[in-house]
Amino acid sequence: MNVVLDVRDLCTAFATRAGVVRAVDHVSLTVHAGEVLGLVGESGSGKSMTGYSIMGLVEPPGRVVGGSIVLDGREITSLSPGEMRALRGNRVAMIFQDPMMTLNPVLRIDTQMVEAVQAHDDVSHAIARDRARDALARVGIPSPDERLNAYPHQFSGGMRQRVAIAIALLNRPDLIIADEPTTALDVTIQGQILYEMQTLAQESGTALIWITHDLSVVAGLADRVAVMYAGRIVEEGGTADIIERPAHPYTRGLIDSVPSRNRRGERLRQIPGMTPALTALPEGCAFQDRCNRATAACAVAPPMTVARPPYEAQRVRCHHPLPDPTA
Amino acid sequence: MAGLALFALLVAAALLAPLISPQNPYDLAQIDVLDSKLPPGSLGGAGRHFWLGTDDQGRDMLSAIFYGLRISLFVGIVSTVCALAIGMAAGLLAAYAGGRTETLVMRVVDIQLSFPAILIALILIAVLGQGVGKVIAALVTVQWAYYARTVRGVALVERRREYIEAARCLALSPARIVFRHLLPNCLPPLIVVATVQVAAAIALEATLSFLGLGLPITEPSLGLLIANGYQYLLSGKYWISFFPGIALLLTIVSINLVADQLRDVLNPRLAR
Amino acid sequence: MLVYLIRRSLQSVVVLLAMSLLVFVGVYAVGNPIDILINPQADQQDRERSIAALGLDKPLWLQYALFLKGALTGDLGNSFVQGTPALGLILERMPATLELAVVAMLIAIVLGIPLGLWAGMKPDSLSGRSIMAGSILGFSLPTFWVGLMLIMVFSVMLGWLPSNGRGETRLLFGVPVSFLTVDGWRHLIMPATNLALFNLALMIRLTRAGTREALLQDYVKFARAKGLSNARVIGVHVLRNILIPIVTVIGLQFGSLIAFAIVTESVFAWPGMGKLLIDSINFLDRPVIVAYLLVIVTLFIVINLVVDVLYSALDPRVRLADAKG
Repeated sequence: MNVVLDVRDLCTAFATRAGVVRAVDHVSLTVHAGEVLGLVGESGSGKSMTGYSIMGLVEPPGRVVGGSIVLDGREITSLSPGEMRALRGNRVAMIFQDPMMTLNPVLRIDTQMVEAVQAHDDVSHAIARDRARDALARVGIPSPDERLNAYPHQFSGGMRQRVAIAIALLNRPDLIIADEPTTALDVTIQGQILYEMQTLAQESGTALIWITHDLSVVAGLADRVAVMYAGRIVEEGGTADIIERPAHPYTRGLIDSVPSRNRRGERLRQIPGMTPALTALPEGCAFQDRCNRATAACAVAPPMTVARPPYEAQRVRCHHPLPDPTA
Repeated sequence: MAGLALFALLVAAALLAPLISPQNPYDLAQIDVLDSKLPPGSLGGAGRHFWLGTDDQGRDMLSAIFYGLRISLFVGIVSTVCALAIGMAAGLLAAYAGGRTETLVMRVVDIQLSFPAILIALILIAVLGQGVGKVIAALVTVQWAYYARTVRGVALVERRREYIEAARCLALSPARIVFRHLLPNCLPPLIVVATVQVAAAIALEATLSFLGLGLPITEPSLGLLIANGYQYLLSGKYWISFFPGIALLLTIVSINLVADQLRDVLNPRLAR
Repeated sequence: MLVYLIRRSLQSVVVLLAMSLLVFVGVYAVGNPIDILINPQADQQDRERSIAALGLDKPLWLQYALFLKGALTGDLGNSFVQGTPALGLILERMPATLELAVVAMLIAIVLGIPLGLWAGMKPDSLSGRSIMAGSILGFSLPTFWVGLMLIMVFSVMLGWLPSNGRGETRLLFGVPVSFLTVDGWRHLIMPATNLALFNLALMIRLTRAGTREALLQDYVKFARAKGLSNARVIGVHVLRNILIPIVTVIGLQFGSLIAFAIVTESVFAWPGMGKLLIDSINFLDRPVIVAYLLVIVTLFIVINLVVDVLYSALDPRVRLADAKG
């Protein structure tokens, strides 16, 4: 499998009144063609900012301050704004959380789709419109020809998200970054969109980074999962490994706080304490204050290591990883 | 802070005008027609310097400005206070009474606010005639609707709050609810609106006076001083209009700055 | 849309009727109509004849009906000063005022929106702050004084522009206008700039606030994620959204421009209806004042109607609400 995206030691920082804050701190990710990577974390963990960094959409006072992002074999952190613009929506596309807010309310759907085609391809309006119609049909919007003339407010939330997905698919990108695209939708619609996205990605070989706070969404969708906490990736591995054999106490905490049918009547466990503010992170492991396994050793930041040698596919950033419960 | 300091300075100059002015510009014994239209810095016949020049009557412009400031500020503040009282009463009445009373009051407010202030003021002056009292009456008529709308807006929000419910349950008198509970909550936004309106009233009075439809010649406000210099402007004698204009500008800017500051201080979203 | 227009027109007629009643009450009933409507220079015989001719001996409701009937046929009485119909005098002066107001509004729009966009995109830059400081000054400066200062600088000191009048006019559809001649523009530019000042400041503030808000919206981020150029994001996505409040304010402000033209026309001796109003007030020419008032009210109502139509054309969500209602 060829590598679509290779992120190494990405750092994105914000200049705030309280000093410089690292929203993304030495994040490394690899995504292959046709692969779905789940990027999981609580709000404020830096998962969305990782997505924006890849898109080159970090806005002042934020800035990518270090690391490399290689897309389709090309280093993109050093590209000019114009070159970056040519990539956005073309080789890499992004879908946002709230479909009610992502489409411009005063522009017709065709305007918003045609401009996305014409921003990258020098084609006539008619051809661009045809492509827009096909894209709408692909995401399951009935009578796409008529719907092209509609305004966003004439669509339901689920339909709007389909339109956003269709826009992302327009230029057949190599990578789509989906930032919680189903969180704002009804559960039934959520399932449909998840299924369709998976099918579309598989059919076209598009790689997918699925950003979510919901492990259960990722469980059925992703090939691999990376868990983020306070701007860092704390654990990554195959989806089954992460869900069934988490090695990081934080991942364990996330899994335990998902309500499940199997443990009905049991009391849900929750992670003690609160997500720390990025301005007030403890020295060393960021999770130590909330961790029941923390020791003095945690005052030194743990490196990313193989969780349970010799099995190499699961890596964790912890001095005291959990034992394998299935072993 | 700069705004407040400047405003305090201007108010002091207005209040102390008779004490700090080099001459009483309306005491005929003190002015000399021979000194008329002297440029700034000139030495007058009586061996006195006219730092800002003199007007067509030989009056010292600096003194005329101090006295004019007095009148402008007086008219602006008095009309605002009157309008505030009337608007507040109307707004509270609308919010408290509700129903038809509210619809009627607010409809009048809406219609009035849809017309520019200057138009309403001009028409009133046209019907009423000129004079200090009539100008103030026109300024009050122009302004009251702003306060009525502000008060009603805040009072409507407060009316739904629990403490008003509680006060009603305790069978407190309407007057008590209105004055002890509703009114204090309406005050912060009202103070901000009123401050801005003092500046607007001063500017409007100046405009009316400039058009010759405001204060009479015997009560020369800054606007009248500017109008007075208008005819000499074309012959290059700029100072008769220029300096009163600067004084007017400083007054308006300083009041607006104070209003901005008050807005920050009194903003309940920031304070609470 | 048609239903909407008809409904709005009916509403406008109601407002106009209400305003005519107010004007009637103000001029005919509250004031002394004999003083207001009959030339004070007339002798006793003339007065009595006039009272009968004006129907002031009739009951009040009948007077109002007659006033309305006259108003509907365009008869708002004769000017005391000129002796000609008051409405005709107003209408004759209207093109000059409208020309001044339109040019002023165009100046405010053409300068204000780009400056506001710039200040909204770069709120913390020196240029953005300077634009804002300038707009605060624009709000605070008294219009008439700025007019005087313009005359002082450009007419008296530099001698570049004439200080009064309309200059050479040319007929356009039978209406004299200044903007077709160079001399006309030389006369027009200073008063129009003066009148534009307040609205320029308003446009800048409005556009800046709208831009700042729009730039935070997801649809702008999504538009950027599509790889659109900055020009398209700002020029289409942001501008189309902030245009909605801007058009509303432009419409509402156009009415106040016509009212504030009274001041500018007086400063620059621009022969519009505002100047006529001031002269009429000074001469106590009441029929002209009444005519001016009714014309202005009608203008306001027409403007409000146009704004509402434009508003629904710009915001598709409003159109839908209308289709349902």
